[in-house]
Amino acid sequence: MAHQIYQAIVDGILVGGVYALMAVGLTLIFGVLDIINIAQGVLVVLGAYLSYELSTRLHMDLFLGLLITVPAMFVIGVVIQWAFIRRLRGRERTSMTLLVTYAVALIIEGILYEIYGPNVKQLNASYVQSSVHIFGFYLPYIYLYGFALAVAVIVAIYALLYRTRFGRSVRATMQDETAARLIGVDVNRVAAITFGVGVAVTAAGGMMFGATNSFNPNSGYDLISRLLAIIILGGLGSIGGALAASVFMLTVESLVTIWSPEWAIVVFYAALVVVLVIRPTGFFGRQPVRAQ
Amino acid sequence: MSAQRAVSGAALIVLVAAAVAFPVIFSSPVVTNYAVYALIFVAVVSAWNVFSGFSGYISLGHAVFFGSGAYAVGIAAKDWHITGTGVFALLPLAAAVGAVIAVPFGLIALRVRRHTFIVITIAIFFIFQLMAYNLNSFTGGTIGMSAPFLPWSPTTFNDRFYYITLACAAGAVVMAVLIRRSRFGLQLRAIRDDEDRARGLGVRTMRVKMTALVLSAAVAGLVGGVWFLYLTQVLPNTGFDPLFDLALVLMAFLGGLGTISGPIIGALIIEPGQLYLTIKYTNGYASEILLGALFLLIVLFMPRGLVPTFGEWVRRARTRGRPVVPPPASQRAAPPSGLRSEEPATSDEGRRGLKAARRRAGRAT
Repeated sequence: MAHQIYQAIVDGILVGGVYALMAVGLTLIFGVLDIINIAQGVLVVLGAYLSYELSTRLHMDLFLGLLITVPAMFVIGVVIQWAFIRRLRGRERTSMTLLVTYAVALIIEGILYEIYGPNVKQLNASYVQSSVHIFGFYLPYIYLYGFALAVAVIVAIYALLYRTRFGRSVRATMQDETAARLIGVDVNRVAAITFGVGVAVTAAGGMMFGATNSFNPNSGYDLISRLLAIIILGGLGSIGGALAASVFMLTVESLVTIWSPEWAIVVFYAALVVVLVIRPTGFFGRQPVRAQ
Repeated sequence: MSAQRAVSGAALIVLVAAAVAFPVIFSSPVVTNYAVYALIFVAVVSAWNVFSGFSGYISLGHAVFFGSGAYAVGIAAKDWHITGTGVFALLPLAAAVGAVIAVPFGLIALRVRRHTFIVITIAIFFIFQLMAYNLNSFTGGTIGMSAPFLPWSPTTFNDRFYYITLACAAGAVVMAVLIRRSRFGLQLRAIRDDEDRARGLGVRTMRVKMTALVLSAAVAGLVGGVWFLYLTQVLPNTGFDPLFDLALVLMAFLGGLGTISGPIIGALIIEPGQLYLTIKYTNGYASEILLGALFLLIVLFMPRGLVPTFGEWVRRARTRGRPVVPPPASQRAAPPSGLRSEEPATSDEGRRGLKAARRRAGRAT
């Protein structure tokens, strides 16, 4: 029993890394643009399908394929932001962006259905099936690589935000859009690139998701609600918070699964509710959420 | 003004007469089926609008009340062995269940605002859906609940439900009108415009929000019960359907959030349209793309919804091209946005920066 619990904790941490990869983009987009990108779930699935195409058609390694899928998703993100989100202004912007990104999600999902149909697919590679046995724990290689990738991506985003001139303008925009505009930050460019980066990260998240789960175009819905729970729990806009919350939530879920797999997902959402009752800004929230 | 009142009164009478006569004229059960679903959504979206439209708290969790109402009728009918038309006596129970669930729902979700509120409502929604799946002995798990058989002939079945749902829809709309005209409705809209300021002016914001949520949930629960009896079955993924929540938001936005007629018009357009598309394209993929594209067009080109946009056109026609909204110069001299109940109507280039600044100012207060 004790060993089972340890194994569950290790599993939770590793799977948490995969979810962090998907949640980081969402929380980054929220922090800068002040919107919730409902399409993030289906974009993860799109990233998984892109990796699927590269690995089945061109027999490209999954991780090597990221060199192509990440820039591709970046372009898709910039286009979505430029075409739809940039135009939204005014009092109902919060709910408007919700609807717009949901519409984008519907369209992408519909197109994926037209191309691939409802059958589930999974990404495959030599390291997807095998695992390594350390200290009595079974650690699948794919999760180890994925966790390393998640940490690398988060470090890279931190470096981008805190070590570059662009990052400084992003942080300025996060703090106060009007003030940033006044001191000469091109806020529209910052918003477009941030959205692009947030979506580009999902290419990595999608590859990991596709390698560790079977997916079809419909998988985005389940995913987005989990990701939203994670970023709210981590504190909206906090990248470290997204990693911490992913690991926390997935560990809790993994522990509950030992006793009752059916109730594990309920605990996932219940944990969110309980934490928010105690601390409405989440683990690493910057400030109380203001009036609309 | 009195002539205008007479005209709108006459229009209302014609509308009610048309609604009552509808199943007599279109007796085909295919048509009345569309009408029943449309009326169900008119009722629920009007109730949703009382809370979300007036207060500005966008709920993506109203399926919780709707589904719970449906399950309440199903479980009560099964456990108390109620058969035949007696099940309609259970509808007040469905409303009560919706209202009772709204209390803890509100106590948790109304502590936070904006995005966080929306996500909390989604989380609570998923908890309910999963409970419906997992509490096998209580909810029937994946098999769901079946309604008792109603001894009505198939030829009159839809017509009877048409009048039941029409009554629900009329009740919900009347409730929305009364609330909008009342002091309570004014308090709700004050919360939407600036909650902190409203509280400063003595509005008991938590109590007001909670009352609106409970009323809204009661209607949603009741209509959920009716929907269940009409469909004769509820499953965890139909009673607690995420697309249901999004449909409500879309209807309200298409018509005009916070107006009375807007959500009704939205429901009357979208629900039959969606049904038609699902029936026509049975595999559902093309309809999904179409629906998404429609969404985008509405939000991008008519962001305030049909009713306010058309209202604007009518006003413009009446004023014969003279600007309804004061020119930008006087706008700039106007007091800050917090004192204003409405955003200026146009969104031309020059005002965008100002709007962004206002948004910021609103947040900083």
